[in-house]
Amino acid sequence: MGAATETFYSVIRRQGITRRSFHKFCSLTATSLGLGPLAASRIANALETKPRIPVIWMHGLECTCCSESFIRSAHPLVKDAVLSMISLDYDDTIMAAAGHQAEAILEETRAKYKGQYILAVEGNPPLNEGGMFCIDGGKPFVEKLKLMAEDAMAIIAWGACASWGCVQAAKPNPTQATPIDKVITNKPIIKVPGCPPIAEVMTGVITYILTFGKLPELDRQGRPKMFYSQRIHDKCYRRSHFDAGQFVEEWDDESARKGYCLYKMGCKGPTTYNACSTVRWNGGVSFPIQSGHGCIGCSEDGFWDKGSFYDRLTTIKQFGIEKNADQIGMVAAGAVGAAVVAHAAVTAVKRLATKREDATQDT
Amino acid sequence: MMDAAARRAESRIDDADLAALAGDVAGDHAVERPTLYVYEAPVRIAHWVSAFAIFTLMVTGYLIGSPLPTVSGEAYDTFVMGYIRFTHFAAGQVLAVSFLARIVWAFFGNAHSRQIFYIPVWSKQFWYEVFYEAAWYAFLVAKPKRYVGHNPLAQVGMFTGFTLFVAFMIITGFALYSEGTGIDSWQHKLFGWVFSIWPNSQDVHTWHHLGMWALVTFVIVHVYAAIREDIMSRQSMISSIVSGERQFRD
Repeated sequence: MGAATETFYSVIRRQGITRRSFHKFCSLTATSLGLGPLAASRIANALETKPRIPVIWMHGLECTCCSESFIRSAHPLVKDAVLSMISLDYDDTIMAAAGHQAEAILEETRAKYKGQYILAVEGNPPLNEGGMFCIDGGKPFVEKLKLMAEDAMAIIAWGACASWGCVQAAKPNPTQATPIDKVITNKPIIKVPGCPPIAEVMTGVITYILTFGKLPELDRQGRPKMFYSQRIHDKCYRRSHFDAGQFVEEWDDESARKGYCLYKMGCKGPTTYNACSTVRWNGGVSFPIQSGHGCIGCSEDGFWDKGSFYDRLTTIKQFGIEKNADQIGMVAAGAVGAAVVAHAAVTAVKRLATKREDATQDT
Repeated sequence: MMDAAARRAESRIDDADLAALAGDVAGDHAVERPTLYVYEAPVRIAHWVSAFAIFTLMVTGYLIGSPLPTVSGEAYDTFVMGYIRFTHFAAGQVLAVSFLARIVWAFFGNAHSRQIFYIPVWSKQFWYEVFYEAAWYAFLVAKPKRYVGHNPLAQVGMFTGFTLFVAFMIITGFALYSEGTGIDSWQHKLFGWVFSIWPNSQDVHTWHHLGMWALVTFVIVHVYAAIREDIMSRQSMISSIVSGERQFRD
């Protein structure tokens, strides 16, 4: 891992990437960030002059799908450049060093780049039993996380695990897996949710931080606005079928063949904030809805605990029996309706009885 | 044998007798009844606007959650879901405006116009009368007390069943609407905080559904109570929300 005084550009050139490809990458990144034509040269300028930012990439309770997505960043140059652009000082999954040698890098980076490095966290720490459910380098992961977070400039929470908890935090969450922002509260945290997040979104976030030397604008939930401010639904290419009222009613029906809207099949596009319907996956080849399956809402908080992926209306489990809001509502309305009818009947009987009494008293 | 003058005197009818004698073919006599002006025009208008808006919102809202069967043909030829959603959003804005106007009127209107916006929790007398009214509904007391406006139990019911529920529906409704208008919209600026409570808007949808059913049960109870009281409490209920006047029948 090269000297930190190196600029990004020198590293990129050293990797054998041409200046032409370098500019292609800059303009592509500027476009994907929605920054306009002038930004491409600013990105190029920043990469040519700025020193590389050290990144510590840690893995807690996770499945490595974020890393898998990241290394598939579509444009080949993006993959090469980003892995070289940042000074990826530590990533226990893909680094060459191992054991004590690897762990020593953490201490070194923490001392040398105090308050300057980015802590990228994939997965989350389980807090139960003193964090014993995730041991990393002989210590509970939560301790390692807290230690490295102390001197970090900012934290990137990769994926649904680090952002929300994901499946390991599903009820009843025996290990008490906890998202990063509930453990680290004194550092700026960027959530990049998704299971996994889109590769270009990941590299886009990093490029933004490198280019502008600051964190991207975040929304209410701590996600970068540029990728998470619109729903899948808002930019879905099947939206016209939704508005027309053309839905897939069951798998493999005529509507499914025609590519109608998957709303009735439980597509979570209308409640999911992500860039899938614009950026798409695997180099813009496709995304779930395009391949005929509804969105499961993997970038949303609690998506793993919200009932079936194939129901439009969410199952409510708090009532003991699993029903959706409409079923519960109908039962409630039916019960109230029956109570009203019964009450009216009693009222009528009472009234008749009183009248008869009055009548007998009168005579 | 009577003379003509005496006969005339006997047959002369004064005003009081006239009222007693006037009647329809069945022999029913008109009676003067104490009548009070309770619901001012803005209250009545807000009532009926809300009623129609809520009915529209329930039907369209249900159809948004469980859409009609698929229509065939080109997507650009039809706009079924679009019209249903448009109707829902339009009725929602109408309800919101009428609700706001109703709140404003509470500051200018008579005492009855304020009843649905608070519960005098501090008043012992109020709670006693709530229980008295509840006892009337439980057939435990023979006669209800008389009130010009809402009875205390009705006031509790109107405050929770209408004011709170409708406010909840308006807030969650605009929050959900802001998902479409975007995070730069005024809807999101005003109501986006809902997503701090429920970060996944799927939950807001579910609560919005439950709120609808809460309103359905409110409507059932509201209509039943109005009809029942109209008959049982010897005072007008149903015509009062049309004319604004409450008549006491004895």
